[in-house]
Amino acid sequence: MSPAEENAVRTSARNGWLLSAPALVLLALAAAGPLLIVAVYSFLSPGQYGNVVWDFSLEGWRSILYTKDIFSEEYLLADAHLTIFWRSVWLALTTTVITFLVGFPTAWFIATRPAASRPIWLFLITIPFWTNLLIRTFAINEIIRTEGLLNQLLLGLGLIGEPLQILYTDTAVLIGMTYVYLPLMVLPLFAAIDRFDMRLLEAGYDLYAGRWQVLRRVILPIVRPGIVAGSILVFVPALGAYVTPRVLGGGKNMMIGNFIELQFGQGRNWPLGAALSMTLLLIVTTALLFYVRSMNRDGGEGGNG
Amino acid sequence: MAERRFVTSRLPGFATVAILAFVALYLPIFTLVSFSFNGGRAVNQWEGFSLHWYGVAWANTAVQDATIRSLFIAVMAALISTLVATMAAVGTTRRRRFTGQTFIYAMINQPLMVPEIVTAVALLIFFAAIKVATGYQGLGYLILAHSAFCVPFAYLPIRARLEGMDLSLETAAADLYATPWHTFRRITLPLMAPGIIAGAMLAFVISLDDVVITEFVKSGGQDTLPTYMLGQLRRGVTPEVNAISTMLLGLTVVMLTAFFLLTRNRD
Repeated sequence: MSPAEENAVRTSARNGWLLSAPALVLLALAAAGPLLIVAVYSFLSPGQYGNVVWDFSLEGWRSILYTKDIFSEEYLLADAHLTIFWRSVWLALTTTVITFLVGFPTAWFIATRPAASRPIWLFLITIPFWTNLLIRTFAINEIIRTEGLLNQLLLGLGLIGEPLQILYTDTAVLIGMTYVYLPLMVLPLFAAIDRFDMRLLEAGYDLYAGRWQVLRRVILPIVRPGIVAGSILVFVPALGAYVTPRVLGGGKNMMIGNFIELQFGQGRNWPLGAALSMTLLLIVTTALLFYVRSMNRDGGEGGNG
Repeated sequence: MAERRFVTSRLPGFATVAILAFVALYLPIFTLVSFSFNGGRAVNQWEGFSLHWYGVAWANTAVQDATIRSLFIAVMAALISTLVATMAAVGTTRRRRFTGQTFIYAMINQPLMVPEIVTAVALLIFFAAIKVATGYQGLGYLILAHSAFCVPFAYLPIRARLEGMDLSLETAAADLYATPWHTFRRITLPLMAPGIIAGAMLAFVISLDDVVITEFVKSGGQDTLPTYMLGQLRRGVTPEVNAISTMLLGLTVVMLTAFFLLTRNRD
């Protein structure tokens, strides 16, 4: 490289940084930076009326799993906390599985429509995707409550004798999350299926594979990146869900998100809240790293798994 | 049964599941929208078409305040995030890869990866300290928070537009002795305008819809429409909340349709 070229490259890089600087400052100030403060707060002691006292303590992290017995000062496993963790992970995983089971046929259906009508079907999936999560949660709330449409329908059909109490149960949260996160599964699946070469199906059938074999041995391995992407897109927000469990789960059926909020409200234990937030962030980061690794592997193999 | 032609891309039961999924997606929304036009107080019994609940919502000063606040924050957040996102997009596309570019991408996309509740808690802590130190309690915190999480939504369409753009017009302008600023102002900026508008609209919709971060950052009396609606939940979902939801929904659908028309015309 000539000195002039070298200079041009350096100027270009400098301009790139300068132009990105305002965005970086904004994000450092109101998104990434405050996360560091959360990390610091998780190692402090709770103040009497909320906030923190600047004394180093591991109590915040310890109380994620253990509670101190008031009398014997012994540390006991905190069953209530474990229940919340278990419920969150279980609900997030089940939501991911159900959205996949419903989302895959839906994405396949959209991708196999004639070119003229495909954008309309796609648009129909995109509208709920961008619609306010709170509004969609209210909408599903209307359907599943005791006097709601679902119960009226089931009563009318004579399938049940009296209305089901679905609202304020784990089932309600599960139904709600499946409903609100379904588009997040369908869109990446559609993107993967859309790139799928349908001639491979003919090849499969020519070689005497049945439908099930074609699905399992040809389609699913090739659209795997879409499956992984959709699962991450559903699992990550589902695990940190706050609005849906608050509206549909009531006060009792908390998930991690609501439990974190509790520590900053009535719980007045900011260090525990901070430690819980860091734990959630760690789980999500692990899931994302898994996703990146999986993508790299798929890229390397060229999708002939 | 009539013999059906063997279509290789057809998988048994898939179409049925898909149609049911579409019905399940839209039925609750339609129910909510239609009951906002219900004459009576009941949310499950149809008592004739009426705009009564829109009148009730409109006359409620708390709803008026929340609407104005929501729109003001969304406009400010859209303007700020689009401005910084446009600059960042120009800075990170169509030039030689430079050291730290991955870091810039990671920073810009960070709000998409961190759970909202974690960001909300982080901002609560950070802003609480600033509120104590400065005594300032205004809407600035909400605008700052919204601007930040809107950046990736504004950035992505602008970057997509820039990457799809042809360099030849700009080269031609430079050949004709246009200054870099002139070239940018008269050639690049008009060409990227649809991306910028699309990005601003997405940022606006995202800001307008936010619940979690607003709920944690707002001071007393700073309810936006979504946090107002969440607060009303203690009284159950009322037809008034249905009416507000329907209006928000309408606004989102209008913005999205415009967004699709804008991004489709790129050819």
